[in-house]
Amino acid sequence: MAEVEETLKRIQTHKGVIGTMVVNAEGIPIRTTLDNSTTVQYAGLLHQLTMKARSTVRDIDPQNDLTFLRIRSKKHEIMVAPDKEYLLIVIQNPCE
Amino acid sequence: MPPKQPLRRQSVSVGRGTRKRDEDSGTEVAEGADEWAQSKATVRPPDQLELTDAELKEEFTRILTANNPHAPQNIVRYSFKEGTYKLIGFVDQLAVHFSQVGNLIPKDSDEGRRQRYRNNLVTGSEESAKLVISEAEVVEEEDEPKEAEAGSQTDVPAAEAAEKVAEELMTPKQPKERKLTNKFNFSERASQTFNNPLRDRECQMEPPPRTNFSATANQWEIYDAYVEELEKQEKTKEKEKAKTPVAKKMGKMAMRKMTSMESQSDDITKVTQAAKIVERMVNQNTYDDVAQDFKYYEDAADEYRDQEGTLLPLWKFQNDKAKRLAVTALCWNPKYNDLFAVGHGSYDFMKQSRGMLLLYSMKNPSFPEYIFSSESGIMCLDMHMDHPYLVVVGHYDGNVAIYNLKKPHSQPSFRSSAKSGKHTDPVWQVKWQKDDMDNNLNFFSVSSDGRIVSWTLVKSELVHTDVIKLKVEGSTTESLEGLQLYTVGCGTAFDFHKEIDYMFLVGTEEGKIYKCSKSYSSQFLDTYDAHNMAVDAVSWNPYHTKVFMSCSSDWTVKIWDHTIKTPMFIYDLNSAVGDVAWAPYSSTVFAAVTTNGKTHVFDLSINKYEAICNQPVVAKKKNKITHVQFNPIHPIIIVGDDRGHVTCLKLSPNLRKMPKEKKGQEVQKGPAVEIAKLDKLLNLVREVKTKI
Repeated sequence: MAEVEETLKRIQTHKGVIGTMVVNAEGIPIRTTLDNSTTVQYAGLLHQLTMKARSTVRDIDPQNDLTFLRIRSKKHEIMVAPDKEYLLIVIQNPCE
Repeated sequence: MPPKQPLRRQSVSVGRGTRKRDEDSGTEVAEGADEWAQSKATVRPPDQLELTDAELKEEFTRILTANNPHAPQNIVRYSFKEGTYKLIGFVDQLAVHFSQVGNLIPKDSDEGRRQRYRNNLVTGSEESAKLVISEAEVVEEEDEPKEAEAGSQTDVPAAEAAEKVAEELMTPKQPKERKLTNKFNFSERASQTFNNPLRDRECQMEPPPRTNFSATANQWEIYDAYVEELEKQEKTKEKEKAKTPVAKKMGKMAMRKMTSMESQSDDITKVTQAAKIVERMVNQNTYDDVAQDFKYYEDAADEYRDQEGTLLPLWKFQNDKAKRLAVTALCWNPKYNDLFAVGHGSYDFMKQSRGMLLLYSMKNPSFPEYIFSSESGIMCLDMHMDHPYLVVVGHYDGNVAIYNLKKPHSQPSFRSSAKSGKHTDPVWQVKWQKDDMDNNLNFFSVSSDGRIVSWTLVKSELVHTDVIKLKVEGSTTESLEGLQLYTVGCGTAFDFHKEIDYMFLVGTEEGKIYKCSKSYSSQFLDTYDAHNMAVDAVSWNPYHTKVFMSCSSDWTVKIWDHTIKTPMFIYDLNSAVGDVAWAPYSSTVFAAVTTNGKTHVFDLSINKYEAICNQPVVAKKKNKITHVQFNPIHPIIIVGDDRGHVTCLKLSPNLRKMPKEKKGQEVQKGPAVEIAKLDKLLNLVREVKTKI
């Protein structure tokens, strides 16, 4: 348990990382480092997108599954790693 | 009209009378139907003739004739011809009951024609109005095509035709409009019954509780359902089969309990996998250019550099906990090409502290995947070929330990101790061997105490067997009581032959290299006077079975043919050489690292006398590089220094040259080619030597 906490802490303190959050299967954020409104917005939107992406991947080949999702925008990059029940979202500013 | 009215009155009065009676009888009927059965009582008027019974019974016959009873029966008329009254035999019997003057005029009479003309004029004026209506009706009612035609025709033709058509239109309608009800045949009677008032009766219950349910049926959901079913079936099959071994069942039960316990524990642990992936992603972003370089960058300048190559620095691995400790061992994992192990300890005799074993993945340069710490410094390590999760380490205090990466403990799974025959001096090298005949894990260790020990893992215990004691030849002296004393050489490095299993080389602190066999414990197969100082590393060539290489603190690297006592090639590197390693892709390429922070890469097929790459790799010149290892797959090397940093470098194309393709010939790759290559070189050298 402490390992995961440490890993999350390391991710948060990594260079360029703006925020991290853990969202459960229903789209409700469990743990976050950003403010409430932003978190809720990110959680809701990304949850749906991840479901859609996963559905797409699995529709093409049911034995396949989504490993992660990266959305690179002009300002920063949003990385989503889905798990069986949880969703880990990290927003990073890649140094460019 | 007088004759009519009394009739009407009578009928009315009769009607009323009957109504009243009806009403009375109606009420009486309502009570009972017996009244009708009774005969009606006759009422006698007061002025009735009173006759006798005989007179009453008298029969009067009446004959019904067509004669007019009022008509005179004998009419006489005066005839002027005869001058007398004559009797008219024929009497008119016609009696007129009723006569009325009618108002019907024959069509053809004057008056009739005049009326008809007047009628036509009237209907003509009404025509236009009626035509419009009829047209509208025609447009709406498409049932009768006749009318439609007529309607369409009305727009065009002359007035006469229009009149005729209008008349035709009108005639079917006239009877409808002027429906004459015959006064004598028709009589309207209406009556209204009471309408029962309508009443609404409703009953409403509480609606059943409702929830919204929505789901999708995708291909993968169906697939998942099938997979689940399959798993359930398999589980039931397993349950049936595993009835006899009770121990297994207990194990399974324990496992299930474990899993259920875990699921109840804190939620955050389930994010472990995702967190790991995300950490790697974040790192990839940060070190994006490095990752790109690693994959794709090929130094273009090599074309111009003419046989020289460079090393491109990629990632740098370091950990705070291992900051003060020197890198004492490096090893790539045989199965996972991005994982490598770093052993930390100290070469300093005076400053001995703890040791660390860190395993890094290239995918995450900022934090190691596994961390193990130990009390004594780690001097060497090796990973098993077949079981890539087993790591054996040798400590400075002479102990050996095996770490199992699959298990989450931070302590070694097996450890030697003073009781189980640990070395009395630091263990300089350990190497896994093939499993012995009982399929037990087996490894060798060499130490400064002069013993080469074979350790076997028998039923979770380390059992040791001394293979060889390194006796320094010529040093056996006779002591008192006839015991033979000998000085023991200190082994510092060893390497096993790739193909000939029992043969191995040991390098010692005195600078000698012994060729030994596992079976002969007392004698060496051969001895080479290799160096003036301690031998730091020995290594067999991965392709050529006869060639091996050694390096030492006496600044030299020597390449040998094990059948010949003198080295084939000698290289002087101006500084103590810490480590040498053959490249896995070519039999003629090797790398050497020196304590002045430089890395030298040699390719014998290109340049026999000089390094083709000579590059300072570490940041500060004070840092001494201690070890070097080639990655089995990727063109990279890792270099460890005595500050605890590990640097990953990419070999430029010149350093990994393959033999040129001759036109028309296939490029032969494989060990045979490499061996041939080296053989060629060696033959050259041998020829030179023989000539000398």
